[in-house]
Amino acid sequence: MGLLTNLKDSISRAASTLFSEEDPKRIGIYGPPNAGKTTLANRIARDWTGDAVGPESHVPHETRRARRKENVEIERDGKKVTIDIVDTPGVTTKVDYTEFLEHDMEKDDAVRRSREATEGVAEAMHWLREDVDGVIYVLDSSTDPFTQVNTMLIGIIESQDLPVLILANKIDLEDSSVQRIRNAYPQHETIPLSALEGDNMDEVYDKIAEYFG
Amino acid sequence: MAEVKDPSDGVQIDLISGERMDGLTSMEKIRLILDGVRDGNIVILEEGLSPDEESRLIEVTMTEISPDEFNGIEIETYPKSEAADASLLDRIMGKESTKKLTVIGPANQIETLHKDKNLISALVSRK
Repeated sequence: MGLLTNLKDSISRAASTLFSEEDPKRIGIYGPPNAGKTTLANRIARDWTGDAVGPESHVPHETRRARRKENVEIERDGKKVTIDIVDTPGVTTKVDYTEFLEHDMEKDDAVRRSREATEGVAEAMHWLREDVDGVIYVLDSSTDPFTQVNTMLIGIIESQDLPVLILANKIDLEDSSVQRIRNAYPQHETIPLSALEGDNMDEVYDKIAEYFG
Repeated sequence: MAEVKDPSDGVQIDLISGERMDGLTSMEKIRLILDGVRDGNIVILEEGLSPDEESRLIEVTMTEISPDEFNGIEIETYPKSEAADASLLDRIMGKESTKKLTVIGPANQIETLHKDKNLISALVSRK
């Protein structure tokens, strides 16, 4: 009888873990290098927890490890949505250390940075297949969205049936075109924003609550 | 795969049929592609890879990048896969189709000139 009770208890515990609304969803912030992923992650973290996630930089591959900010509570319309933000390294299919030399880096530093960048991209792909519950896909709206990395990543996300929110970042730049992104990925909703300036963040938080709440 | 007489004469292109890829596991496909690309060849797949295989291809490519030796790959397919259009029933039944012509080459030898929904234009240079 004791065994049965124990079994019943563990099943009910497992069920409550599986279906608990309290569990934060892990939301991966993905996109190509220099799209503003860390700036966005920092903006969200600072707005709702007061802390930053990691350093931002104009040098590609500044983020070379996936970084998680846990239990970010976002309040919308009196309801709380709790998420873990996972800021990931920009995904690419190639890394050439000589590109870092253009940013006033010594060869040893550039080689080390490129090695860390390749490990970070591999790690980001692994997170995407195994460890995220939803994706915020960040694009720089001043650049061409029709790239292979974007096409492949959005295809990978779709094939896993993960909810995905596309953010057209850097709308503060003169060359920004949100419509170009909408045309490239019409199957998804695209939200414009400037993570740097904090423009349109209210709509971003509304959509985060709607997609991942 | 047959070798050209003198590789310095030009660029070797391997066109791999869907039939040939069908019998391979995901890792065998990735190995076949990366071995070709690391030899400086352009690999064209008649039917491409599944999204999961593409994700693993990126991951394995990253682990093989080495300064002054291999910078990674350039890969091109058309932007929208048929998978996104497949009905839910088709996907449940495993009828999902991901067939799309795919071009893969060494990052330092292939450069995309133009790409849109139904045209890919690329420049291939010698080693």
